[in-house]
Amino acid sequence: MGKVLMKGNEAIGEAAIRAGCLNYFAYPITPQSEVAEYLSRRLPEAGGVFLQGESEVAVSYMIFGAAACGERVFTTSSSPGISLMSEGISYITAGQCPAVFVNIMRGGPGLGGILPSQADYMQSVKGGGHGDYKLLVMAPASVQEAVEMMMSAFALAEKYRNPVMILGDGLIGQMMEPVEFPDALKAKPSNKDDWATNGMATRSRNQRNLVKTLYLDPEELNAHNLMLRAKYEQMEKEEVRYEAYNVDEDYKLLIVSYGTMSRVCRTAIDNLKDQGIEIGMIRPQTLFPFPKTAIYDAAGKKSCRAALCVEMCMGQMVEDVERSVSGQRPVHWYGKCGGEVPTPEEVIEEVRKLVK
Amino acid sequence: MGKTFQKPEALAETITHYCPGCTHGVAHRLVAEVIDELGVRGKTVGIAPVGCAVLMYNYFTFDFQEAAHGRAPAMATGIKRVRPDLVVFTYQGDGDLASIGMSEIVHAANRGEKFTVIFINNAVYGMTGGQMAPTTMPDQRTTTSPFGRKVLDTGMPIKMAEMLAALQTPAYITRQTLLSPKYINKAKKAIKQAFSYQIENTCFSFVELVSTCPTNWGMTPLDAIKWAEEKMLPYYSLGVFKTPENGNEVQTPDSTQ
Ligand SMILES: Cc1ncc(C[n+]2csc(CCOP(=O)(O)OP(=O)(O)O)c2C)c(N)n1
Ligand code: SF4
Repeated sequence: MGKVLMKGNEAIGEAAIRAGCLNYFAYPITPQSEVAEYLSRRLPEAGGVFLQGESEVAVSYMIFGAAACGERVFTTSSSPGISLMSEGISYITAGQCPAVFVNIMRGGPGLGGILPSQADYMQSVKGGGHGDYKLLVMAPASVQEAVEMMMSAFALAEKYRNPVMILGDGLIGQMMEPVEFPDALKAKPSNKDDWATNGMATRSRNQRNLVKTLYLDPEELNAHNLMLRAKYEQMEKEEVRYEAYNVDEDYKLLIVSYGTMSRVCRTAIDNLKDQGIEIGMIRPQTLFPFPKTAIYDAAGKKSCRAALCVEMCMGQMVEDVERSVSGQRPVHWYGKCGGEVPTPEEVIEEVRKLVK
Repeated sequence: MGKTFQKPEALAETITHYCPGCTHGVAHRLVAEVIDELGVRGKTVGIAPVGCAVLMYNYFTFDFQEAAHGRAPAMATGIKRVRPDLVVFTYQGDGDLASIGMSEIVHAANRGEKFTVIFINNAVYGMTGGQMAPTTMPDQRTTTSPFGRKVLDTGMPIKMAEMLAALQTPAYITRQTLLSPKYINKAKKAIKQAFSYQIENTCFSFVELVSTCPTNWGMTPLDAIKWAEEKMLPYYSLGVFKTPENGNEVQTPDSTQ
């Protein structure tokens, strides 16, 4: 199939179906309600399950119940809704079930605004819910990339038996771009016999399965959490993804930026090149695991004097960039946190201040 | 002649953590017997609540999920929507179902989700040490209503069966009790009816069981039964409040049965 022009939110819904996930539960919230609207027509046609839950809290547990019986399942929401789902997300990680959560971020805190934002970085990458857990977080910078991340998310969730989050800013959901759905990204069936609670009769081994999150014995809980930790360490070894831009040049400054913001930075970098100023960029595609080594190496380049984090929030990624740069260079922040996307000119002005 | 009394296959061979005289054990046994009699153990998924029954999966021999506090009906919805062939039940206390999980139970009932709910109404939060529940009786002392529940402050106890029966979606809604063998036999019939409606894909089914918590009521098991009969049954009438065939017409609350 060739390329079709689609709105990000609809493409994300379609990508899940193409990846082999036919179960969707959600609660409407701007700026991603189009996913639910699209799937409410499309899923019945594809023989799947669509249900609008009564709240994001309930939706997160519908996801848990369905995932715990071994079915592929996903939901989409936006920032305030993800806050409510965070309780369920904590339980799903503890219960070790695969599921995909999409957050098309809007501004916060509180109701914030409905314009694009990247203010849920901390919530997605550092926790959100309670307890020792991590999500594998992927951040698309285009509708095509959102499709590809969405399609690969199910296999990753199943590989680790852990939720995967697609973290997009509002523009990723609202933008229309040509997309294609690569057949190669269709998720293969995974073996769930030894954990899924889908009725003992379906399994060869006549033993029941249990999905639980309570470990009253401290040694047992410790062992359980260390086992979760081992999965997160494996993700750090195997799943780091990033894109390096203009890093072969002798750049004076390294930009770290992701999502829509990184596209603006790319334009700024191209324009600065024309003006004789070289700037490099690392664009994390996975926010957890974070491309620590790539940023360390890129910031350590001899010509590089500083790193600049450009984000549509008040600088939530800065501490991860600082951790990665490890004191080799100073780390600065530029961004806007009200819903406006900084323009290439504004980024250029900021860069010029730092490289003069 | 076969054995007249044996352990249901659905029940595990183990000692429970419940207090002496607690009715949780009786409710477990009834559920296990019904699952055996209906022959559905191999396709049943139970959902444990957060409350005294949080470890109930240790006492059964089929698949189980453990919910967060109050969220079991949402999990059951998730399972039944993606695997309608499975037999799913939640088992919830009154704090779990009628307080923190009120939204989940009302909406699951209203959507007519085809699963079964066993609702243990013991008028108190058992697991956390006897705090006030939405079902606590007027003037009943609990650790957070030390002078007795004052209804002017905290409202009247919630009658869940009646409240859910008021929804317009077809359902099977009944209140039973476990206070004596004659009640227990009726309760078992109701539980079997509830599972049957689910298996036939007919409707949402809900069995409230007026239960005791001798430990947190500060009573002997026998006094607890007496107290429940005298204080709870007149308020929490027993009976069938709704069937899918007859809607609310069948309302036969009867506290004298
Ligand atoms: C979100 C959350 N809030 C509070 C608790 C603490 N908690 C555990 S059990 C319980 C009440 C249980 O009472 P009930 O549902 O009546 O069941 P019972 O123990 O009486 O069988 C509470 C408040 C919790 N586990 N999770
Ligand atoms: S605390 Fe109450 S409800 Fe819990 S096991 Fe003991 S008697 Fe039963």
